[in-house]
Amino acid sequence: MAIPTSSIEQVIPKQGAMAQPAAPRRRRWRFLANGKATTGLAVVVGYVLLAVIGPWIAPYDPDARSGELLQPPSTQHWFGTTHLGQDVFSQVLVGTRGVMLVGLLAGVVATVLSVLVGVTAGYLGGLPDDGLSALSNVFLVIPALPLIIIVTSTITEAGDLVVALVIGFTSWAWGARVLRAQTLSLRRRDYVEAARATGESTWRIIGFEILPNLTAIIASGFVGTVIFAVMSEITLAFIGISSVSPWNWGTILFWAQSQQALAQGAWWWFVPAGLAIALLGTALALINFGIDEFVSPRLRSGGRARIRTADGRTVRMRVGFTPVLAPPATVPAPRTKETTDE
Amino acid sequence: MSEPVLEIRGLCVDYGLGDDAVHAVRDVDLTLHRGEVLGLAGESGSGKSTLAYGLTRLLPPTGVVSGGQVVYHPTDGPPVDVLTLSPAQLRAFRWAETSIVFQGAMNSLNPVHRISTQLLDVIKAHEPKSTAAGRQARARELLRLVGISADRLDSYPHQLSGGMRQRVMIAMALALEPQLVIMDEPTTALDVVMQRQILGQLAELRQRLGFAVLFITHDLSLLVEFSDRIAIMYGGRIVEQAPAAELYRRALHPYTEGLLHSFPALRGPRRELTGIPGSPPDLRAMPEGCAFHPRCPDAFGPCDKELPPLGPPGDDHPGRAVACWLHPTAAPAPH
Amino acid sequence: MSYLLRRVGFYLFTAWAALTLNFFIPRLIPGDPVKSLISRYQGQLSTDAINSLYVLFGIDTHDSLWDQYVDYWKQLLHGDLGLSFTAFPAPVSEVILDALPWTLALVGVTTLVSFALGTGLGVLAGWRRGSWVDGLLPATTFLSSVPYFWLGLVAIALLAGPGSFFPSSGGYEPGLVPAPDTIFLGSAVRHSLLPAATILISSMSGWILSMRNMMVTVAAEDYITVAHAKGLPERRVALNYAARNALLPNVAGFALSLGFIVGGTLLVEIVFSYPGLGFLLFRAVQAKDYPLMQGIFLVITLSVLVANLLADVAYLALDPRTRKEG
Repeated sequence: MAIPTSSIEQVIPKQGAMAQPAAPRRRRWRFLANGKATTGLAVVVGYVLLAVIGPWIAPYDPDARSGELLQPPSTQHWFGTTHLGQDVFSQVLVGTRGVMLVGLLAGVVATVLSVLVGVTAGYLGGLPDDGLSALSNVFLVIPALPLIIIVTSTITEAGDLVVALVIGFTSWAWGARVLRAQTLSLRRRDYVEAARATGESTWRIIGFEILPNLTAIIASGFVGTVIFAVMSEITLAFIGISSVSPWNWGTILFWAQSQQALAQGAWWWFVPAGLAIALLGTALALINFGIDEFVSPRLRSGGRARIRTADGRTVRMRVGFTPVLAPPATVPAPRTKETTDE
Repeated sequence: MSEPVLEIRGLCVDYGLGDDAVHAVRDVDLTLHRGEVLGLAGESGSGKSTLAYGLTRLLPPTGVVSGGQVVYHPTDGPPVDVLTLSPAQLRAFRWAETSIVFQGAMNSLNPVHRISTQLLDVIKAHEPKSTAAGRQARARELLRLVGISADRLDSYPHQLSGGMRQRVMIAMALALEPQLVIMDEPTTALDVVMQRQILGQLAELRQRLGFAVLFITHDLSLLVEFSDRIAIMYGGRIVEQAPAAELYRRALHPYTEGLLHSFPALRGPRRELTGIPGSPPDLRAMPEGCAFHPRCPDAFGPCDKELPPLGPPGDDHPGRAVACWLHPTAAPAPH
Repeated sequence: MSYLLRRVGFYLFTAWAALTLNFFIPRLIPGDPVKSLISRYQGQLSTDAINSLYVLFGIDTHDSLWDQYVDYWKQLLHGDLGLSFTAFPAPVSEVILDALPWTLALVGVTTLVSFALGTGLGVLAGWRRGSWVDGLLPATTFLSSVPYFWLGLVAIALLAGPGSFFPSSGGYEPGLVPAPDTIFLGSAVRHSLLPAATILISSMSGWILSMRNMMVTVAAEDYITVAHAKGLPERRVALNYAARNALLPNVAGFALSLGFIVGGTLLVEIVFSYPGLGFLLFRAVQAKDYPLMQGIFLVITLSVLVANLLADVAYLALDPRTRKEG
């Protein structure tokens, strides 16, 4: 389970977030020039594609049983088969749709909630702020997974939609807190004060002055929530709480675990699902790194760390010790007092 | 003229490498004498801070020193080129011989350590044989020097006002009694009253301890009062150097003239306030010839073709140097 | 001081909120599963026991919601969490107390070690930028995206099994009686190695990444330049000036991430059948043992709150700015 690692999200109380306000429009596309972000984005787009076409291109129906029980990977079954002869590859492919749907839906729900709560609290201040902050802090501190488990278990048929909503409604607090801090700091900036002084309506100010500057953080929060949502739904499926009929990677692992796949040495049953999750998670994390580096220029890789000088020496860029490129000349004899200067 | 304590010869500092390198400091020659105050003035982006950080090798990561020498003359021992020191030697040199008072003490003090710790750890690092009691006494004395009561020793930086923090920075800079103190805009972030106080304190400390000062600021009027000699930087180069009073009385370079007319003087007869049209040059795309010519009211023929060399002006002005075709130099300064 | 009081106040408020949440959730369960289970055991339950269950679950009562709520609180303050159905007739509090030390030990130790190690490596990676440590980063990113439990499964498949040093499940050798002697403790430790390693590897990467980012950001601050200008030894600049400041958001983040860590640990326990709260919750959910589920949620939430409070105290000690009066 990933612990939030984005530096944008490290908010010290009273010091506001570390992100800076948005750059002019043309600089936003520079984000795509970041290698990490584009790789991540490409992988995620790949997953979305698979989610859409998965059920169509799957070689077998994931529920279909066959006579080849617990077979290791072969040309007919790329990921092998389950104890009922079902094709694991098809299961993974079909499962992609369920996972992506829930992940994205939960992400949207949580992000919308976090924007509503966070920006309102930050902009209005005073009593509404105190109330909303208390609310988000409560949701932040209560451990999410046990709460999700308990809530989902009380619902008898917990399908994808329900799971997505439950996750969305319990994981908005982090984003709300970050957005509130950033809104607070933005509110005091000159252009916002100017807008208020000229009597612009609150909605216009929020919509045109504040929200555009929050896009990076909102995007980062969305990505983070999707990661969390995917993990959580896989977990719920794995424990057997959410319903087992719609296929997702957690369900695959659930069956693998309950059928003692390990004990029988059927590694192919649970390895692909886990790798699928890990890859998606890594891709999303890369996107977040890209956003981070875009927002905090200090984090961008500073280019080559080692340089060769003219006379062949190698010097390193090092904080506090500026390298000298020119070859050292000899120090001339000290000037005596009789010599005129200049 | 007293003997020199620091001689900078042909210093070049770049940001970045190869073709993309930005030449922030170009071929700078400067000499500081013992106990002298040399003011360094220029607009933002003229390279003055880069020069200061470059000569002590404290530039942030993409900065490199691409040429020149920085020769320091200690009171005892042979002169040494700072640029050739190994990291260990550099560490020993720093603060003990040359210290820096940084701009904006807002962020220059470590927020999680007490003032006493920050004053003392430098003593401990350079004088490992000192005792804890001795260091404590030293810290108290240092604070007294700058007029802060000793009971503030245990405070954290956030508990002090801006002016007090700056004074702590000054006290810290004097902890090892260096020969040279570089001051990078030490009073810019303070109000005028505080500015006066601190400058007064600095003058007094200099009287007492006799260190040389390289005072960097964009406020020329301050320098005119406070320094012995002034050097003006533009576009990474020194364009004029003169004793302070002479510079004020008669500036040779049009840029200096423009600067002098941009500030109301603290004292003396009123001057007409004008300004300098245009903006500082982009260091990545410097104009041909003299860097100032696009903004210069007196630009003529050779200005946009050839770079004027820095040297004593044609007429007889000892101790001055200027880089302007209006005052072509017969003998360019020795490199 | 006021900072601490505010935090304590907040935690009390959150505790109240959690308990209230706990009050409402079972009343949302459609149908009356609890009632049917009670009637099944009716002959074996004492009247007190039946009453306490009624209060917890709001069954068969014509009292107003408010009265139910008050009764619920009265009961809780007596430490009565009802009886567990699966461990019948053991009270829920007893069952939880049996499992709690295992989870505390596992979570407590691994969290602290992973934070310490991760932060240390992060300092290295952030300070010596462009060195070999940077090469670790893609690997750690990948590892932090792997679900804890999957890593556990892989670990079992690769390392555990008959004849290997690492046991594949359980908290201790079956047949041993829990007692504070070396045989039992030794077995307990051996059984905790794989689960602990799984959690460690997966969670450490998160700390490494965030600490590295903070170090890089802090390294560009003015006071670091000053520290270098002072000619201080490298180690002092890196640790006392840079790391000490970079640590602060991490400690703040640590408190907040405890909820995630607890979640992950629960899963590892499930995979390894480790007898802690996570495994208990898993079995309770499968058996629809509502009293037990409720009780576990409560205990987990309260522990996380306490841990958060401790982390806040640590932050207070580390950042003098929070001690500002008023």
